[in-house]
Amino acid sequence: MSGPAKTTDNMDAKAEPRLLQPRLAPSEQSAKFIFMICAALALGFMALIMVFLFKAGMGLFLANYEGPGVSLTDFFFNTAWYPTYDPPDFGIGALIVASLAVTALSSIIAAPLGLGLAVYLSQVAGERVREIVKPAVELLAAIPSVVLGFVGMVLIAPFMQSVLDVPTGLNLLNAGLLLALMATPTVASMGEDALSAVPKELRDASYALGATRWETIWKVTMPAAVSGLTTAIILGLGRALGETMVVLMVAGGSAQIPTSVFDSIRPLTSTLAAEMAETPIGSHHYYALFAIGVILFLMTLCFNLLAFFISRRWRSMGAR
Amino acid sequence: MALFGYDYQTRRRREALALFLIRASAVLVLAILGGILAFIFYNGFSAITWDFLTQFPRDGMRAGGIFPALLGTLLLAVGSLVIALPLGFGAAIYLAEYARPGALLTAIRLGISNLAGVPSVVFGLFGLAVFVGVLGFGRSLLSGSLTLALLVLPTVISSAEESLRQTPQSFREAAIGLGANRWQAIRQVVLPAALPNMLTGAILALGRAAGETAPIMFTAAAAYTLALPDSVFSEVMALSTHIYNMATSGTHIEEARHLQYGSVMVLMALVLGLSLIAIIIRARLRRGRQW
Amino acid sequence: MVTATQTAISAQNVDFYYGDFQALKNISLDMQARKTTAFIGPSGCGKSTFLKLLNRMQDMVPGARLAGRILLDGTDMYAPEADPVAIRRRVGMVFQKPNPFPKSIYDNICYGPRLIGIRKAADLDIIVEKALRAAALWDEVKDSLDKSAMALSGGQQQRVCIARALALEPEVILMDEPTSALDPIATSKVEDWIQEAAGNLTIIMVTHNMQQAARVSDFTAFFFLGELIEYGPTDDLFTSPRKKQTENYITGRFG
Repeated sequence: MSGPAKTTDNMDAKAEPRLLQPRLAPSEQSAKFIFMICAALALGFMALIMVFLFKAGMGLFLANYEGPGVSLTDFFFNTAWYPTYDPPDFGIGALIVASLAVTALSSIIAAPLGLGLAVYLSQVAGERVREIVKPAVELLAAIPSVVLGFVGMVLIAPFMQSVLDVPTGLNLLNAGLLLALMATPTVASMGEDALSAVPKELRDASYALGATRWETIWKVTMPAAVSGLTTAIILGLGRALGETMVVLMVAGGSAQIPTSVFDSIRPLTSTLAAEMAETPIGSHHYYALFAIGVILFLMTLCFNLLAFFISRRWRSMGAR
Repeated sequence: MALFGYDYQTRRRREALALFLIRASAVLVLAILGGILAFIFYNGFSAITWDFLTQFPRDGMRAGGIFPALLGTLLLAVGSLVIALPLGFGAAIYLAEYARPGALLTAIRLGISNLAGVPSVVFGLFGLAVFVGVLGFGRSLLSGSLTLALLVLPTVISSAEESLRQTPQSFREAAIGLGANRWQAIRQVVLPAALPNMLTGAILALGRAAGETAPIMFTAAAAYTLALPDSVFSEVMALSTHIYNMATSGTHIEEARHLQYGSVMVLMALVLGLSLIAIIIRARLRRGRQW
Repeated sequence: MVTATQTAISAQNVDFYYGDFQALKNISLDMQARKTTAFIGPSGCGKSTFLKLLNRMQDMVPGARLAGRILLDGTDMYAPEADPVAIRRRVGMVFQKPNPFPKSIYDNICYGPRLIGIRKAADLDIIVEKALRAAALWDEVKDSLDKSAMALSGGQQQRVCIARALALEPEVILMDEPTSALDPIATSKVEDWIQEAAGNLTIIMVTHNMQQAARVSDFTAFFFLGELIEYGPTDDLFTSPRKKQTENYITGRFG
């Protein structure tokens, strides 16, 4: 520690500060590299899905050996879906309405039921009961959709037909009920997370002011978690919108705009599943299915982005 | 005082009603779950015999068993995990341990969680076009496994990344402070701590892959095969698609009902069994967690 | 042998930034070998930030930038050719919260030695016993070495962490508020250990507890707002501080 050394250091010290970075030894570099490849591959595949969907979906709007491409207005606003007629109709208006109708119907049931469950699990149930109900909700979420579709066909449809005296039990209502069953666990578990994250101090403050348990839940806990609860419902809706097997099996399958809950409908997803196998590659019908895939993708994206921004706002408000 | 008394009673009554409805929602969901399980068990139990599990279907699916479908489902589920797990865990390690936080990482996470929500039938569409068509794998075990792998990949990545993030930062600091390099800290301290949770996520993914129908309908599954698959390029039967076919497109739908119930019961046992295992392991882990 | 006043670590004109925020301003400080040096100061004064620079733990923080030099036994530990892994083996660290791995006590202690390739059970047994004895924990845990370190009390956990650091036979041990998460009894055990180790080991500790600094350290450095205000023998600093800020702090007039 000599004096002269110190003066030169002094001059060094006034130089630009250096960025400190964890340096990786060669053996580490290879480990990092392998994981990077994994991440790149995984992300690459996922990007590929999007690119491929969009590219193939574009084919519908371009001319090919069958004739000129379909116009965007026709695609969205035409309600006639007759892809195998000559000339074919590729209007997905009725399919979109069907998807939205069945999703909306299911949410009318799933939102209150799911929120009720969420409140029950996070605020009402005792520890022991909770440990039974929570796994049950998770099991409900895990039931394969083909099984629920099967139940809809052999149990709900005949029941509806005989009790409500409708021409077919395979209809909007049947599908809506089953989709509600599929969306409820999503709403419940995500809603529970949101409610449990509300600080205990907030609830204590409410109790200390003489509020009942319900008043605390309704006026303090749920408002504090409102973005999380909204996110939960949105993602539950997303699940109902994307569900395929149930609507394929119990929604009836007619491409028409429903006028009552007992109408047979054909949502976007079941159209894909029903027609995917028998379309010649390169035909407009084939491309039309990809265009439907793009629409489904974009709808999911909207739901997720909405959920993301709501939950981010929620976090920045500090009401964790 | 009288006013307060009245007010108090109304409030109490309102609370009782609200709590009743909340409890009722829980009871309703439990009842529905129990009802579905009971319905399937009651109708399917008589169909379950040793022959049912080990024989091929016979007489145009009116008799016989589901062995090829059961085997096909297991092969597809395991096949998809063989592809998705290494890739997904590797990607999760990169994202959780190496990637620099920032807007790009947030965008990547958002993209992953978005793909987790894309309808499974869209994955099926992609698989049909790319694996069956462009790459020429045909309708096969391979195409189906790849499609399922892509389907579960986003979930595998985000659940594994979550497990890694839950491992306390202090573990990494302690290891680095003792002269471990980054990779040693991950391999010797972070991974052992996070692995049980990561594997729980994998079991859930396995259950999901086993129960899916739409993605394999057109990429792997045949309505009927004469023989068991002998390579990854063979068509296979699967329980889920078998149920769908028997219930919707057979010529003897009513006659084959007991076989349908039996198949549903086997599929349910398989999928819910896996979920239950995962749920139990996770509850144990949570209770036994020491950090 | 070296003389009693040899410098273990010497910081020279150290500036340190997190991104654009300057956390440390022109710190120059020589820390004596085989003595205990305490860093004191109010929260956010930079004392922990500075401590973590001394074994390059700050490398892990994205956007961390440094100017100036920090010499370990005369060589710059931030020189391009310096290996942070090798430095951390020579400069051990004990953290604020006990952070044992979820492994057995034995495996916790062996973690460092195994990293440098010591594999033989016989060697490891000796190292474990020596380290645990040095950390004054041997008698309490010798019959339960294969028990999870997580099952120990907080004070025992912290001494496992000390033993774990000692197993590498470091020249310097950095301690970041090592007793702030501990109860008074556990605290006194850790303090006892520090006093016993003094004379054999260089200890550099951060503490917000001035009595602790006064009890166990030979030298004390007072940090305030990222600057080193005063540094000297502990007795001098506490009895006759040269700077007004130091006096205000140790008499409890702020912070």
